[in-house]
Amino acid sequence: MLSQLRPAIVMVALFTLLLGVAYPFAVTGVAQVAFPSQADGSLIRDAQGNVVGSALIGQPFAEARYLHPRPSAAGDGYDASASSGSNLGPLNTDLAERIQTDADAIRAETGATVVPADAVTTSASGLDPHISPAYARLQAARVAQARGVDVKAVQQVIDANTEGALLGFIGQPRVNVLLTNRALDARFPAAT
Amino acid sequence: MNLQGWAEIALTIGLAALIGWPIGIYMSRVWNGERTWLDPVMKPVEGLFYRAAGVNPAHSQGWLGYAGALLAFNAAGFVFLYVLLRMQGLLPINPQGFEGVSPHLAFNTAVSFVTNTNWQSYGGETTMSTLTQMVGLTTQNFLSAATGATIAAALARAFVASRGEGVGNFWADMTRTTLWVLLPLSIVLALVLVGLGVTQTLAASATATGLEGGSQTLSLFPTASQLAIKQLGINGGGVFNVNSAHPFENPTPLTNLITAISINVLGWAAFFAFGRSVLAKKDVRALAIAALVLLSLSGAAMYAIETQPAPALVAAGIDASANMEGKEVRFGVPASVAWAVQTTGASNGSVNSMHASYMPLGGALQMFLMQLGEILPGGIGSGIAIMVVMAVLAVFVAGLMVGRTPEYLGKKIEAREIQFAMIAVLVLPLAVLGFTAVAAVLPTALAGLLNDGPHGLSEMLYAYTSAAGNNGSAFAGLTANSPWWNTTLGIAMLMGRFVPAIAVLAIAGSLVVKPKLAPSAGTLPTHGPLFIGLVIGVILILGGLQFFPALALGPLVEHFQVLGVVAGL
Repeated sequence: MLSQLRPAIVMVALFTLLLGVAYPFAVTGVAQVAFPSQADGSLIRDAQGNVVGSALIGQPFAEARYLHPRPSAAGDGYDASASSGSNLGPLNTDLAERIQTDADAIRAETGATVVPADAVTTSASGLDPHISPAYARLQAARVAQARGVDVKAVQQVIDANTEGALLGFIGQPRVNVLLTNRALDARFPAAT
Repeated sequence: MNLQGWAEIALTIGLAALIGWPIGIYMSRVWNGERTWLDPVMKPVEGLFYRAAGVNPAHSQGWLGYAGALLAFNAAGFVFLYVLLRMQGLLPINPQGFEGVSPHLAFNTAVSFVTNTNWQSYGGETTMSTLTQMVGLTTQNFLSAATGATIAAALARAFVASRGEGVGNFWADMTRTTLWVLLPLSIVLALVLVGLGVTQTLAASATATGLEGGSQTLSLFPTASQLAIKQLGINGGGVFNVNSAHPFENPTPLTNLITAISINVLGWAAFFAFGRSVLAKKDVRALAIAALVLLSLSGAAMYAIETQPAPALVAAGIDASANMEGKEVRFGVPASVAWAVQTTGASNGSVNSMHASYMPLGGALQMFLMQLGEILPGGIGSGIAIMVVMAVLAVFVAGLMVGRTPEYLGKKIEAREIQFAMIAVLVLPLAVLGFTAVAAVLPTALAGLLNDGPHGLSEMLYAYTSAAGNNGSAFAGLTANSPWWNTTLGIAMLMGRFVPAIAVLAIAGSLVVKPKLAPSAGTLPTHGPLFIGLVIGVILILGGLQFFPALALGPLVEHFQVLGVVAGL
């Protein structure tokens, strides 16, 4: 093994230069030229050019006029510098209590009998940008009331922002919360 | 469960095997030193590396020399990565301002990435600088994958030679696999993924002011370049804490499909490469079918499990048709399940959903897939190598039943091969069950648990299974960044990686000197349905006998508790 020491050290050094320096820098260079927006995090800016978020990352919403996202276990909620799931086992009592509390709140607010599962479960990343179309529909009445507009108009905005599964079976139908809320602000500017 | 879900799972598993086939033919050409279309680009680089390192790629090493080179190369990689992690705070390209990593975490992480495990006791965006992720972790993602491939390349030569001597040259196998297979595929995949939304920047973060006025810091990384080799190399270590569940690492159903397929493409390719190199395509196809059958059944089973009523949802009167805790909306249950069976069946370990929050039997299946020895289809080369060990055990069992000296692929299987085969498969239960048993009675170890009761035992059992299987996924409730967990998991990773690797090389060394026999009337055919059934039987019986008692105490107990809650008891 000692006779292999020189090739071992030299190979690690050379491959580090190739794979750890040249490769990621080259990919970064090409990516920054070819796909600058995606490479930098698909950031969304308002009319003044200020970054309001990323199209890919969920953010917290509490006001009645906005769609609310799923519960989040990332930091204090949607902390995009500390992604995390809850990692609670299916029988964990903390999980059962949290789901019960959230479910009661949603039922009290909407009067709904059937609450979709994504409304009361934390995502894997804690940064899930989406909710299910069913959970979005459930919130349409609250949003419409807060904005003083017709619930059908709100539902139209939600529908326009609903993405289907790719080819009908790859992935799930979903509504991007941040993008939909921006669309709501754009469609009903008087309310803002 | 619905038809779309079944179609998505079948497509993911099937496409990986299908794409692996042509790449396997190419990989075999690379191992054999045949001409390929990348020669004009890579030959000069290859020659430069050999000259600088002072190696003669044409020199065929004996198995001991080959194993020695493998160990020396991995030792050098370990030392370099350990030092880099410890000194992180003093080095440049650290826009996050992270400090050096603690000694036990540096040991664990360096072992983890050198052994192709990519267990992570840390959260990526809160611990590792951009420099560390690129120079340290990305490099070892490549080199550990190439190291695994060399084992299969050497074993193939042992089977094909008649009264041969050497099993090939480690440096040539490692270099050629990296330059011809891993690097070009990674470049293409990384750029495709950036186009689809994965980040690739040297900036540490972006700051956003949300619609409600709150401030949000978005961690960024050169993610795509590491993600590509993390999947293709069957490594699994995420740039971000939540791995491929993070929207920057896996933004859409399409990126999910592409990266899920990437988990298994080169594992399957190594199967087909081995078959072509050994001139035994039919026999290796039988092994691939055995692996594919087990993987597909697992996928179906896990889909059925994850759509059973989850107790916390049932209790609160929620729509309980999908266990969405720890899953992303864009993936849902089918894409999460397809990923989970692939990542545990292979030794990948990346996740797009949180395994800790699966239904108990779902978690049990994830553990069991790893406990089978990471052969469905497993790591690049390391998977097919252990699968061949299973086939050797199968012909041995069959030989005992009919009273003949067993043969496999034209080589007599005798005492020495069986001894090393048993070492290769028995180190896994030794590391997994031994460490779990000790941890279960040690307060220091138990302090790291998030959940109690049987789920707590599952957290520990999963951790050591994942480490010794070189998988790297976790029931992430476990806080593993402590001296006990980092040290023992590191030792489990070393055992699980190098003991089987050296045992397989020893088998290669024993086989290479034997004459190649033509099949006779008394030879057991090793390509038909009967043999496929026999191999599946050996795999299931070995895995089941070793691990069923431990699984019964963890996830199975929990499963019956769940049934009680759902039934309202």
